[in-house]
Amino acid sequence: MMGERLGKAGFWMIFLGFQLAFFPMHLLGMWGMPRRVYTYPSGMGWDEMNLLATLGSFVVALGFLLFILNAVKSLYAGRVAEPNPWDAPTLEWATASPPPQYNFAHIPVVTSRVPLWDNRNHLPVVTGLRVDDRELLLTTVMDARPDVREPSALPSIWPLWAALSTTCLFISSIFTPWAVVIGAFPVGAALIAWFWPKSPLSPEPVIE
Amino acid sequence: MTLPVKFTEDVRALPTHAFGHRSLTWWGVVAFFLIEGTAFALAIGAYFFLEGVEDNWPPDPWLPPGLLWGTLFTILILASEIPNTIVKRAAERHDLATARRYMLILLPIFGLLLLFRALEFTTLNVRWTDNAYGSIIWALLFLHLTHIVTDIVDSLVLTALIHTGHAAENRRIVDIAENAMYWRFVWLTWLPIYALIYWVPRWVS
Repeated sequence: MMGERLGKAGFWMIFLGFQLAFFPMHLLGMWGMPRRVYTYPSGMGWDEMNLLATLGSFVVALGFLLFILNAVKSLYAGRVAEPNPWDAPTLEWATASPPPQYNFAHIPVVTSRVPLWDNRNHLPVVTGLRVDDRELLLTTVMDARPDVREPSALPSIWPLWAALSTTCLFISSIFTPWAVVIGAFPVGAALIAWFWPKSPLSPEPVIE
Repeated sequence: MTLPVKFTEDVRALPTHAFGHRSLTWWGVVAFFLIEGTAFALAIGAYFFLEGVEDNWPPDPWLPPGLLWGTLFTILILASEIPNTIVKRAAERHDLATARRYMLILLPIFGLLLLFRALEFTTLNVRWTDNAYGSIIWALLFLHLTHIVTDIVDSLVLTALIHTGHAAENRRIVDIAENAMYWRFVWLTWLPIYALIYWVPRWVS
C-alpha cells in the first residue's frame, strides 16, 4: 500500500501546481503572448505571470517526486495490499490480488450498481457452464440477463497467418496492383482455415 | 482474502446458439456492414466530387459503359434473393435439408454473376488509367467485386461444411442464416453503384 499522507500531499501539489502553472498562460495568451516560445522581450508585461507559471511547474515536479518517493518507500517498507483495500463496490475489486490470469473462476452476478456492497460475505456467481470445454455466457443486450452459452474458440495459429498474409498483400500492393489479386489467395486460405471447425464432433453435456 | 462464492444462478438450460441480435456472429456481420458501408460511402463521395469538377461526365470523348452485362447482373442478383430468403428462413427453423438444397441452387447463380461481372469490366468503355472518371468507375466496380467474391467464397466454404459431419453443430445453422444476411448487403449496396456506373453518366451528359 502506498502511504496515505505522502499520497495526499502529492495529489494536492500536482493538482494545485497544475492550476498555478497553466492558468497564468490563459491570461498571457489573451495578452498576446504566443504559445511555445522559450523566451520573450522584457517590458511586455508578461514577466510576473510567467514567473507564476514557472513556480507552478516546480510545484508539479515536486508533487511527482513525492509520488515516486511514496512508491519506492512502499515497495520496500509498505503494508501488503488486500484485494479490496478501500472497500470499493465494483467487480474488479472482487478478484484476488494479484489477480489470476483467468480473473474469475466463475462469472459473477451483478446485482446492482454497487454489487460488492450488496453481499458482504459472499460473491454470487453463475453455474451451469461447461467445465470440459471453453464456453462463455452471452447476455441480452438491454437487460443483461443470461441468454446463450456461447462456445469459445480454441487457440489457433491461423489468425497469425491471416495477419502476416494481409500485411504482405497491402505492402506488395504499393508496388503492383496485381498484389491485391494474387495476395487474396493466401489471405483467403488463412481465413478459411481459421474458420473451419477443428474440434471433433461431440455431444454437449453440462457438468453439474 | 477474496470473498467465498455462492452459486445463485444456473445457466445450464440456456441454448448454445441463437439467431439475429442474440448471436455474436450477427453483431460481427453488422459491424462489418458499418465498416464496408463506410468504404462504399467514401467511394460514392469521391465519385460525386470528381463528377462535380468535370465539364462532362463521362469526359469527352469517352462513352458511358455498355448497359447489357451490368443490367443482366442486376436482374440476376435481385432474383437471387428468392433462394437466399428460402435459405435464411430454412436455417432459422433448423430445416437443414432445405437450406442445403437451396445453397446448392445458389452456386450456378454465383457462377453466372461472376461471368457477368467479368464481362462488365470489358464494356466499361474506359480504362482505370485513362482519367479520373475511369479510375472511380473501376474503383466502384472493383470494390463491389471484392464483396461478391467474399460472399461467394464464404458460401462455398459453408456449403462444403454443411455436407460434412459438422453440419450437426447448431452454430453452423446460425452461420448459414448470417451468411444469407450478408448476401442482402451485397445486392443492396449494388443498386446505388449500378446507378452511378451505368445511369448517372447517361443522365448528366
